[in-house]
Amino acid sequence: MNQNYAVPAVALVVLATVLVGAFGLRISRTTSDFYVASRTVGPRLNATAISGEYLSGASFLGIAGLVLVQGPDMLWYPVGYTAGYLVLLLFVAAPLRRSGAYTLPDFAEARLASQQVRRLAGAFVLGVGWLYLLPQLQGAGLTLAVLTGAPAPLGGIIVAVVVVATVAAGGMRSVTFVQAFQYWLKLTALSVPALFLVLAWQGDGAPRDAFAEPVTFRDHHVVRIDHSLHLRLSRPLDVTATGTIDGRRYTGEPVDLDAGVHRIERGTRLTFAPGAPVPTADHGSNGGMSSSLASGRRERPLYATYGLILATFLGTMGLPHVVVRFYTSPHGGAARRTTVAVLALIGGFYLLPPVYGALGRLYAPELTLAGDADAAVLLLPQRMIGGLGADLLGALVAGGAFAAFLSTASGLTMAVAGVLTQDVLPARGVRHFRLGTLLAMAVPLAASLLVGGLPVADAVGLAFAVSASSFCPLLVLGIWWRRLTPPGAAAGMLAGGGSAFVAVAATMAGFTGTGTLHALLAWPALWSVPLGFLTMVLVSLATPRRVPAQTAAILARFHLPEELRTEVKA
Amino acid sequence: MPQDSSERRVVVSGPPRRTRLRSRGRYPHASGYYRPRTEIAEQTTLGHTYVRSLMRSQLRAALSVFAVLVLLVGPLPLLFATIRNSGLQWAVLGFCLYPPMVLLARWYVRRAERNEKDFVRLVEDR
Repeated sequence: MNQNYAVPAVALVVLATVLVGAFGLRISRTTSDFYVASRTVGPRLNATAISGEYLSGASFLGIAGLVLVQGPDMLWYPVGYTAGYLVLLLFVAAPLRRSGAYTLPDFAEARLASQQVRRLAGAFVLGVGWLYLLPQLQGAGLTLAVLTGAPAPLGGIIVAVVVVATVAAGGMRSVTFVQAFQYWLKLTALSVPALFLVLAWQGDGAPRDAFAEPVTFRDHHVVRIDHSLHLRLSRPLDVTATGTIDGRRYTGEPVDLDAGVHRIERGTRLTFAPGAPVPTADHGSNGGMSSSLASGRRERPLYATYGLILATFLGTMGLPHVVVRFYTSPHGGAARRTTVAVLALIGGFYLLPPVYGALGRLYAPELTLAGDADAAVLLLPQRMIGGLGADLLGALVAGGAFAAFLSTASGLTMAVAGVLTQDVLPARGVRHFRLGTLLAMAVPLAASLLVGGLPVADAVGLAFAVSASSFCPLLVLGIWWRRLTPPGAAAGMLAGGGSAFVAVAATMAGFTGTGTLHALLAWPALWSVPLGFLTMVLVSLATPRRVPAQTAAILARFHLPEELRTEVKA
Repeated sequence: MPQDSSERRVVVSGPPRRTRLRSRGRYPHASGYYRPRTEIAEQTTLGHTYVRSLMRSQLRAALSVFAVLVLLVGPLPLLFATIRNSGLQWAVLGFCLYPPMVLLARWYVRRAERNEKDFVRLVEDR
């Protein structure tokens, strides 16, 4: 790709982010401004900001990449991300806003009057937040590497620095403006090129094989393998090879590969005939932590799909950067209306990534081989249009991708830093918040430099699973069930969230199991969410004397409309 | 006490409700004059019963919309696994699920707000 345009586009997005953030800094004066923008953000601005924050790199690049590699099953991700907001609206939105707490630990403490539960919730916020930040940084690194050939960690470092600067400087008020701005930026950056790409597809005679399974090459295609990899073939394949396959050298002769796994050394050139199915690189055997979730999916497809649905539907409500946004609404009713607007905004956005995924299957199928299918969105304009127009569109997409990493990372950093400042660092106050920001970003940055990458959307899916099995039970039972006790809440979070976390860690560490166990660990939500709920209910029922004394009053505050409550207090 | 007290006419009256309501503007009941309001504020058993009834109606609204969502989405993976028509899967997952979700959300918000309005009316005895 021509970096003459992409680099200025990324620079422009970064600059605009800093400038809009600085604008927020001028009007961000009090501590309340800092954390919750003084709770004066109207539904429209707030909904745009929430959407801007929520549409992460996983949405912008990851979904198209996953769809490209694994087919339409992966469209469950955007559906789940959207439905998660619907579930959040149904059970949590208004009462959460009325609870009057800033963060999830605040909610836990207000509801259960227990420091221990508060600390536990804080620990899970850190865990989920860092799990979610990691792929953002890695995705930014990938984007910059694909665009400019820069070393992989550079993009992550740039994102980290910009985010720490804006968040530490302006807090929530400036983040709100930044994110509202970035929603529109992302929508433009994905919709305008999509329009041109679809026109180009039309001009190409509108081939429809994008929807066929499996993906096939449409014409003679030469693929150069840049990194040695294992190729998994579900059926025999005829290719022309120059290089080393399974330890044998070939020089431009036809090779018949049987179904199964083949090792291909770097530098090998494979020429595929038209109509040949596109094989998939098997990342599990590539070493590192990228033991892809795909293998678990291959073995138990239905289980994996339901696990994904459950994790995304129930996990959204517990994401720290999502929750913190609800406190910026002026009242419970506004929080509800905001959520409906968010649903419409993100639903509209999610119509676009599948377009890229489908076109990617037609025009860039070999990306599944190279293993960086996440780059499909970035490369498509070049592949399909070419010339100056493609460079400009590519630059637009690159800018949008960076906006995606920046906005989600700022929201997460904000939430994680809030917890660090309030519960970990000794004193409170804005100065310590800035220190917390630094710390919140340093950990995932270090981790992203140390470990390799899962596909972006998969890694985000793991964060959802942990959130769904720890915070979802806490929030839903905390809001709707009178008999919840502090020991019950703690036990439930530990059993559900803790086991999901262990499963996720085992998967990311490249746990080499196969079959049922691997599927269970790679898609934990289906067992860990019920486990969390069940433990929370049973332990609460076993400790009836520990029901906090103020429960009735607190639940009344959660559910009574504000117009009644203000008077009750007066 | 004077003996003729029984013969004197005593006018017993409360503040006329409607006028008082109007004159207080936005917060007509700041004094907690009416009963349910006071019951809730003072957290009596009766007050809890009022809050509980609100919670129950809100939970019912949430659960019924959630049930629609589950019925809409739950069978789809099974359906796709049996039909194996990827074109259908693209259409449903890529597009068709979003409009119903937004409509469900709007329906729920309207119902939840109506529940709250009804509750306020009940409590304020209007």
